[in-house]
Amino acid sequence: MKYLDEFRDPIVAKKILKEIHAVTTQPWVIMEICGGQTHSIIRNGIDQVLPKEIELVHGPGCPVCVTPLEIIDRAIEIAGRPDVIFTSFGDMLRVPGSHKDLFMVRSEGGDVRTVFSPLESLKIARENPDKEVVFFAVGFETTAPGNAMAVAQAAKEGLTNFSELVSHVLVPPAMEALLSSPANRVQGYLAAGHVCTVMGWDEYDPIAKKYEVPIVITGFEPMDVLDGILHTVKQLEAGTHKVENRYTRIVEQGGNQPAQALIKDVFEIANRKWRGIGEIPVSGFKIREKYAAFDAELKFSVADIHTEEPEACISGVILQGLKKPHDCPAFGKECTPQNPLGATMVSSEGACAAYYKYQRILSD
Amino acid sequence: MDFPEALSCPVPILSHDTVQLAHGAGGKLSNEMIDKIFLPRFMNSTLEKMEDQAVLENPGGRIAFSTDTFVVDPIFFPGGDIGDLAINGTVNDIAMSGAMPKYLSVGFILEEGLPFETLHRIVLSMEKAAKLAGVQIVTGDTKVVNRGSCDKLFINTSGFGFVPDGVNISASNLEVGDKILLSGTLADHGMAVMTTREGLSFQSTVESDTAGLNHLVQDMLGVSTNIHALRDPTRGGLATTLNEFASSSVVGIQLYGDTIPVKENVRGACEILGIDPLYVANEGKLVAIVPPDVADAMLEVMHDNEHGKSATIIGEVTDRHPGIVAMQTGLGANRIVDMPVGEQLPRIC
Amino acid sequence: MCLAIPGKLLEVFDENGLKMGNIDFAGSVSKACLEYVPEIEIGQYTIVHAGFALSVLNEEEAKNSFDAWDDLIDRANAEGIEMEKLERPD
Repeated sequence: MKYLDEFRDPIVAKKILKEIHAVTTQPWVIMEICGGQTHSIIRNGIDQVLPKEIELVHGPGCPVCVTPLEIIDRAIEIAGRPDVIFTSFGDMLRVPGSHKDLFMVRSEGGDVRTVFSPLESLKIARENPDKEVVFFAVGFETTAPGNAMAVAQAAKEGLTNFSELVSHVLVPPAMEALLSSPANRVQGYLAAGHVCTVMGWDEYDPIAKKYEVPIVITGFEPMDVLDGILHTVKQLEAGTHKVENRYTRIVEQGGNQPAQALIKDVFEIANRKWRGIGEIPVSGFKIREKYAAFDAELKFSVADIHTEEPEACISGVILQGLKKPHDCPAFGKECTPQNPLGATMVSSEGACAAYYKYQRILSD
Repeated sequence: MDFPEALSCPVPILSHDTVQLAHGAGGKLSNEMIDKIFLPRFMNSTLEKMEDQAVLENPGGRIAFSTDTFVVDPIFFPGGDIGDLAINGTVNDIAMSGAMPKYLSVGFILEEGLPFETLHRIVLSMEKAAKLAGVQIVTGDTKVVNRGSCDKLFINTSGFGFVPDGVNISASNLEVGDKILLSGTLADHGMAVMTTREGLSFQSTVESDTAGLNHLVQDMLGVSTNIHALRDPTRGGLATTLNEFASSSVVGIQLYGDTIPVKENVRGACEILGIDPLYVANEGKLVAIVPPDVADAMLEVMHDNEHGKSATIIGEVTDRHPGIVAMQTGLGANRIVDMPVGEQLPRIC
Repeated sequence: MCLAIPGKLLEVFDENGLKMGNIDFAGSVSKACLEYVPEIEIGQYTIVHAGFALSVLNEEEAKNSFDAWDDLIDRANAEGIEMEKLERPD
């Protein structure tokens, strides 16, 4: 496939890898924010072939992992109502709530449907005027343009039976929260290429300056990831801390302006709770007052939800990069992808699931 | 082979356009449906007798017996339908023992209101698949259920064939050093079905690979009867089959990584939906574990069969990491190829 | 977090007042909303996430990345670093 295969060429990837070995002189801790990059790193075994000095820690950039338990429980409650068609990206269906997941809601008779685009959810709303259609609008900045468009379009069409249960989070506040933590070990960041596609990189300059960390905007194919690591290491070795764009075929400094405009129209910045991490100020979106009719949280009054997080799960510290999945006593024992205790074991991007899937006890 | 006369066959004239509950009640309407829809397409000397059972000759030796039930949604998909899938599925399950499938039974569960035109189309494709595989449908059953009690129609097929002497194929027979042969491209069927489903906004060119593989297996046995293991990687895909092999035989499986064939358009669909072809169902592919000394000759005869044209050696059996399937990555690292958890879903992250 | 892959724009059409397009991913064609890439022309590549085109791929920049990596290769060669081909483990 054009513009995909070229960036997976193992021969070129090996050359970049050699260059990384050549420039590395001392230990460095680098965090890739984005779960898509975690997936690529583990799937291609990039962490196995890097110089021993370089430690990659896996960041919180996985909406499935950081969507708080209260919202999952709320989704489950709404999805179980007889007048509701609940629509979601496939990713969220297996995420465990306090007592069940959306798959179980479906088996109990709930109408839960997988969609690939929020616009498909709108189509379902048009075709089922006697039902309430709710879309589970999760994601980072990359997914926000689509989720915003669905709301704006529903308003334009006067679709009163459509609403979104929003759990939108933002990358830069999470980066700052991690960097300002006394336990922080991260010295350089691979920034998430597709988030920057939408938002550009102006937000990252103050972070790089304040915390003196290099931030390299990185793509997702093996060569992109290696190239991002190479340029982060180069900056670390040189003692610089600039924002550098290495995903130039996709990302522009100002990001996608029309997308930002519509996001701003539909959403406003709000405090958000991150599963495993806790509340981070101004770290997410909520639907603006003028679109309140499309906010599922307001439309469906959900009784007080009492959440229960399994005690054994350490996904919070894993999401902060303080521990690795195999440091968890439950990893691979009580907690497996078949029976996940925490969200990081559910998503294919979750660090625990990625470790379980690709790296467990492989001795050679 | 082609059956233009069958494909152009008009829907027989019946007293109703759609299946009624009475068509399952055993009276006149039942007989009309059997006489007009099923018998003309499935006819053979055993079925013709219209007994409650088929009485068949037993040539002696071992019998391979299998059953499978088909509930695929949608019932028509690019490259096939629930009918040829139901024949090929059981044919293949029998063939993976090394047996030549011989006789099948067919059980239909029909939803009240199913158009006879739809049923007829499916029966025609079953006829075609059975002829290609060289199997006879010797007994059958039909039930009609209330609307909503099943989705259009479900089909069960069971069948058996005779295992040649000297053939001993089993998931627990893998030996260190064996080569792993894959008969062709991965993920065609699963992606054909997935991209047809409502809600995915796809205009897919992906076609199912549904096919009977019994002739291919016979060709392979012609090279050597010493095939250690054989399976068609259906639900759960190649990853599941190989994990089952590794765990049954308590050996490791090492895949070469970049050698696994996937058609470009199938890969395109997998990429956009975030799905790994290793975990997607196939309905016309087999994976064979053979000793290294027969691997190349086996591959050659596979290439001569239309269902093995792009067959390739994808890996080998190793004494390292017993019970685990590993794949070499382009960077020279080694990663685990685990069993999938649940169905494959399109994802955005 | 955000699965998005490049595909080629085949055609543009209107659906419920939105600018939409059919995008070719190596033979599998998927519908995407083009409202956020108003400048896109047929034949161009775009990155699609969850049914939305988010950026027109800059082909020149893609080439620049390759040229830079090619330089790495030349340098490695000049330094006599052996660039072995991948081999099957035996």
